[in-house]
Amino acid sequence: MPVLEISQTIDARGLSCPMPIVKTAQAVRTIPSGAAIELLATDVGSIKDVAAWCKATGNELIEQTSDGAVYRFVIRRKGGL
Amino acid sequence: MDEPLNLVLFSGTDDKLQAAAVLTAGAAALGKPVNIFLQYWALDAFRSARIGQDHGLAPEAGPAGRAAVDALARAGQASWAETLRQAKDLGSVDIQACSLSMDLLNLESTDLDSLVDGVEGVTAFYLNAGAGQVVFI
Repeated sequence: MPVLEISQTIDARGLSCPMPIVKTAQAVRTIPSGAAIELLATDVGSIKDVAAWCKATGNELIEQTSDGAVYRFVIRRKGGL
Repeated sequence: MDEPLNLVLFSGTDDKLQAAAVLTAGAAALGKPVNIFLQYWALDAFRSARIGQDHGLAPEAGPAGRAAVDALARAGQASWAETLRQAKDLGSVDIQACSLSMDLLNLESTDLDSLVDGVEGVTAFYLNAGAGQVVFI
């Protein structure tokens, strides 16, 4: 299995809805298919929003973790791999 | 996701415009086109000379609501105008001024912020709305 490379980190900590998703959508279109971004957010709505956005746009949510205060997501752009 | 979201903005207070901007940015992030039709006091808030000013809050906000909105702004929440700019950068967001409201407020196109793409009548708005939902705020 190829190692997944994270192209960039979107730091949306402290930003309220819908900015984590806006910044994610902006970032994902700048990376090639198959590449991934990491998103850091504190908006509690991002848990459901990131999953819904990935489902609607066909991008893949491949990792979702939380340390309690910060939610971390890894999203792979659709196509490729 | 192909049918547009159609927002008719009537109220010109910052809270309602913020709510509308959030709906717009969310739709844009999903690739859903958004048509915004500016009427009455919402259109007034898009004057280039006034867009950055305090436009007040809906009556139900009260002092506690004012404090909550101010706290969110101090925490770095983007203004509704900035949120709309980001939404336009992200997706297909068309903002049109209602021609009747332009007459009512005695406005020319040059009085409006560059967020506004043009002026149209209600018929053009409905035509562009297609089968998408129309939401009045």
